[in-house]
Amino acid sequence: MEQKVQWRGFKGRRWQEEIDTRDFIQNNYTVYDGDESFLEGPTEATDILWGELQKLQKEERAKGGVLDMDTDIVSTLTSHGPGYINEEYKDLEKVVGLQTDKPLKRAFMPFGGIKMAEDALKTHGYTPNPELHKIFTQYHKTHNQGVFDAYTPEIKKARHNKIITGLPDTYGRGRIVGDYRRVALYGIDYLMQKKKEDFNACGSGSMKGEIIRLREEITEQYNALAEMKKMAEIYGYDISQPANNAREAAQWLYFGYLAAIKTQNGAAMSVGRISTFLDIYIQRDLEEGTLTESEAQEIIDHMVMKFRMVKFARIPSYNELFSGDPVWATLEVAGLGIDGRSMVTKNDFRFLHTLENMGPAPEPNLTVLYSSRLPKNFKNYASLISIKTSSVQYENDDVMRLVWGDDYSICCCVSATQTGKEMQFFGARANLAKCLLYAINGGVDEVTKVQVAPKYAPVTSDYLDYDEVIDKYDAMMDWLADIYVNALNLIHYMHDKYYYEAAEMALIDTNVRRTFATGIAGFSHVVDSISAIKYAKVKVIRDENGIAVDYDVEGDFPRYGNDDDRADDIAIWLLKTFLSKIKKHHTYRRSEATTSILTITSNVVYGKATGSLPDGRKGGEPLSPGANPSYGAEKNGLLASLNSVAKLPYEYALDGISNTQTINPDALGHTDGERVNNLVQIMDGYFDQGAHHLNVNVFGTEKLIDCMEHPEKEEYANFTIRVSGYAVKFIDLTREQQLDVIARTCHGVI
Amino acid sequence: MVKGYIHSTESFGSVDGPGVRFIVFMQGCNMRCKYCHNPDTWDKSGGKEVTADEIIKAALRYRSYWGKNGGITISGGEPLLQLEFVTELCKKCKEQGISTVIDTAGKPFTREEPFFSQFNELLKYTDLIMLDLKHIDSSDHKKLTGFDNDNILDLAQYLSEKNVPVWIRHVLVPGINDDDFSLNKLHRFIKTLNNVQRVEILPYHNLGEFKYEELGIKYPLAGLRSPSRESIANAQRLLHITDYKGFITE
Repeated sequence: MEQKVQWRGFKGRRWQEEIDTRDFIQNNYTVYDGDESFLEGPTEATDILWGELQKLQKEERAKGGVLDMDTDIVSTLTSHGPGYINEEYKDLEKVVGLQTDKPLKRAFMPFGGIKMAEDALKTHGYTPNPELHKIFTQYHKTHNQGVFDAYTPEIKKARHNKIITGLPDTYGRGRIVGDYRRVALYGIDYLMQKKKEDFNACGSGSMKGEIIRLREEITEQYNALAEMKKMAEIYGYDISQPANNAREAAQWLYFGYLAAIKTQNGAAMSVGRISTFLDIYIQRDLEEGTLTESEAQEIIDHMVMKFRMVKFARIPSYNELFSGDPVWATLEVAGLGIDGRSMVTKNDFRFLHTLENMGPAPEPNLTVLYSSRLPKNFKNYASLISIKTSSVQYENDDVMRLVWGDDYSICCCVSATQTGKEMQFFGARANLAKCLLYAINGGVDEVTKVQVAPKYAPVTSDYLDYDEVIDKYDAMMDWLADIYVNALNLIHYMHDKYYYEAAEMALIDTNVRRTFATGIAGFSHVVDSISAIKYAKVKVIRDENGIAVDYDVEGDFPRYGNDDDRADDIAIWLLKTFLSKIKKHHTYRRSEATTSILTITSNVVYGKATGSLPDGRKGGEPLSPGANPSYGAEKNGLLASLNSVAKLPYEYALDGISNTQTINPDALGHTDGERVNNLVQIMDGYFDQGAHHLNVNVFGTEKLIDCMEHPEKEEYANFTIRVSGYAVKFIDLTREQQLDVIARTCHGVI
Repeated sequence: MVKGYIHSTESFGSVDGPGVRFIVFMQGCNMRCKYCHNPDTWDKSGGKEVTADEIIKAALRYRSYWGKNGGITISGGEPLLQLEFVTELCKKCKEQGISTVIDTAGKPFTREEPFFSQFNELLKYTDLIMLDLKHIDSSDHKKLTGFDNDNILDLAQYLSEKNVPVWIRHVLVPGINDDDFSLNKLHRFIKTLNNVQRVEILPYHNLGEFKYEELGIKYPLAGLRSPSRESIANAQRLLHITDYKGFITE
C-alpha cells in the first residue's frame, strides 16, 4: 500500500497493509504516567458553546423533555442539511455535525417500528405525517412488524406477562460499535475499496441463503460508506482520504459515529475506545508545533459536547425501562495492552477533564478500564473525578483483556466487544425471580394469574422444601431459556432483515464474530429466596385459587452481599445454571451465547410486575438492580458486599456484572487526598479479586432527598448519578426511581 | 485462648485510622459521654464472644483493599477494658503483618499493676493509638462523660514519653467544648506532647440518636445541631491541625 502523506511520522507496517486499527495504536501511542497538572481549562469558544447548549437543555426540560421533533423527514445519512449548536457561533465548533438540522431535534426513525415512531411524536404533541404512515405500513415493512408477524402465541404470552422483558422488538437493538477510528485513519475511499474486495471474495459461486444475505449486506455497507462521504460534504468536509491532523481525526471519527446515530436508534449507541487513538494525532500535532494543549482540550471538549447532544424519539414505556433519556454513548479510557504497557495517554485525562471543564453529565458514558497496575497518577485523577462528579464507571480490564484482547470497546453499559471485529445481539433480560414463582405455581403467573409456562406440577405443601423447589426451578428455567432464546433468534433475524445497521457494519470486519447477549433480572432476590428456603422456614400463603401469592419467613438466613459463602455459592450456582441452559440452544447466525447480570433502571418496572418472593421482598417493590445485593441485605458494610459480587465468575457472564455503590463522602475520608487514596484502595481491592464492574457514586442521601424535593435549584441542573450501567441526571428520573435510588444502601460507618 | 466480647465488625472503615480498615467494635464502656453515637456498645455484660483468630480470619477477607496504609482498627466500646484480648489480637495481627490501630478514650489507663505491664505489652504490637480527648477541663470532662480526665491526660503524656505514634481526636460539640478558651487550652496541652502525628476534629452529629430510642435511654443532647462550618474551621485553626503532619497521605 502507498505511504499516505497523512501518515507522516507514524510507525508500524501491518496497519498500513490492511485494516488494523489496533496495530496502529500499539505502534504509535505515547504512555503518560504523569499527573493532571498539564490540563487546560475551557477555551472561550467552549464556554460560549456549552452555555448555548445548556440554554437549549433547559428549554428542553421546560418543554417536558423534548425540544423539537421531525415529523416529515425520514432520517438517513443525507436527509438533513447541516446543523449547529447555534448558527451564530458555528465557526467556533471544532467538531461539527448533528443528527438533524437543529440541536436536540429528534429525528424520525421508522425502520424499527412505525407505530413507535408515531407514538413518540404523539406523546409530545406532534402529528405524524400520513404519507409516511402509508409508506411504512403499505409499501414497506418495519422490524417491529416483522417480529410480530413471526412471534408464537407462547412467546407473546411470556412477553406480555413480563417473564421475558425489555426485548428489542419495539426499538433498535443497538450495541453495535463501528470502528469509527477507521474513518480517520484510512479515509472512506480505502474502506470502500476493502469492502469491494470482500464482496468479490464472498462465496464460492454457489448461492446459498447465507452467502446471498452476506453479499447483500456488504453492498449495503459499501453504499453506506458512499453516503457517509456525502454526509460529510454537507458540512463542507471531504473524508475520502485519511485525516491529516488531530482536529480532522476527531472530525472524521465523529462523522463515522454520526452516521450510526442518524440511522439507528439503538438502546445503546456506544462511541467506543477512541481516546488513546486520538491521542496519537494530538501528540503528533503538539510535536509538530501546530497545536497547543489548550487547543487539544478544546477539540476533546467539543467532541464530548456532541456526545452530550445525542437524542432519540422514545415512547413512554421505553422511558420507564431506561429512564433519563440515555443513549449510552459509552466511551472508554485507560486499560493495559497485552504487552503489559499502560494505555493511559494524556487524552484519557482530557476526556475525564471534560467533566470539570463543562461540569458533570451522564453522556458520554465515561468508562475507565481499570487495573490496579494503571499509573498511580491516573488512578488518583479518575478517583478524584468520581468523587467530584459521580459520573464515571469502572470496569476490570484485567478480566476483560483475557477474553477480548486490548482493543475492545464497551458496547452498551458494561458489555465488552472487540472493536471492529464483533457485533452483539442484544437480548434484554429474563426475569429469574418470576421464574422461581412460576416454578412454585406450576407456570401460573402470580400477578396476572394466567397460565404462562407449561402446566408443571406446582408446590402444594405449606412449607417450601429446598430439594423440591430446586427441582421445579430447574425445569422451569429450562422452559424459560428455550422460549427466551427463541424470541431473541426471531427478533435478530428480523432486525437484520428490516433494520440492518449498514453504517456501523461498514466499519466492522466483514467476517464478523457475533455474540448473543442474554440477561438476568431479579438475581439477588432469587439467591436470597433460595437461601431462605434452604436455611430458614418459608411458609406459603395462597389465595382462594391456591396460587402462592406471599411468603412468611421464619428464622434467619444468610443473604447475598455479606461475603457469606452459604449465600454467595447459591449466586454462583444460579449464574452457571442459567448460562448452561441458554448455551444448549441454537442461537441465530451461530452467535456465541453470553449472559449478563445488569438491569439498568428497568429494575423498577420489572419489580412492579413481579409478585412477593420468599426472601421477604413484597410484590411490586423494585428488584435490586444488576448484580447488587438486595435492599437492606448488606449487614457487614461495603467491602463485604463487594466481596460477594466479586465472587461471581466473569467467564460465565461475559456480557457484564453490574454493581452500583454509593459512598457517603464523609465516610470515605476526612480530606480530598484521603478520599482519593481510599477510593483507589477500594477499587484495587475489588478488581484484584476479579470483579467486573463498579459504578461509583460519592454523595450523601440528604443530597438526593433535597434534589428530589427541589429539582429547580441551579446546583441540581446537571447533578449526575451512576445507576446500573449508566449515568443519569437525577432530576430526569421518575419520582419512583428517585425513591428507589434513595432507598438503596448508602455506605458509611458512623 | 482468651475470649473477647465484641459488639460488631465493619468491613469498610476509612475514617478510623490511616487508609481503608476493618473495624472491630469491642463491647463495653464505662464512660457515658453525652454525645456517644454507640450507646449499644456500653453494656459490659453483652456482646458476641469471639477469639482473636476468628477476628483475624474475618478481617483477612479484606486484605486486598488495605494497600500500604490500611489494616485493623480496634474501637468500641472501650478496647482497653479487654486488654488481654486486644493484646492477643494485636500480637496475632503483627504476626500476619497487619497494621494495628487502637481507638480509645483512655479511661482505663493507670500506671498501677497489673494494668500497666499488660498495657506496655499491647504497645509492642500497636502501630498507632487514636486517643479521644473529649474535654481538656477535668470538671467539664466529668459533666460530659461522667469521669474526670486526669488519667487520660496522663496516658497522653505516657505515650509521648514512650514515643508511641498518636492521633488526637476531638469531637466538637456545640456549646460544650467548642469555645475558644477550651480549644486554646487543649491546643497548649497537645503542644507539650512530642508524638502527635495528627489532630482530628470530628464534628458532632446526631446519627446515633435512634439507638437511644431503641435502648429506651433518654438522649441527653436531644435537639442539638451539628457544629457550623465556621465553628469547625475555628476549631481547626485553634488546634493548629495543619501543624501535625507526621502522617501524610500520599
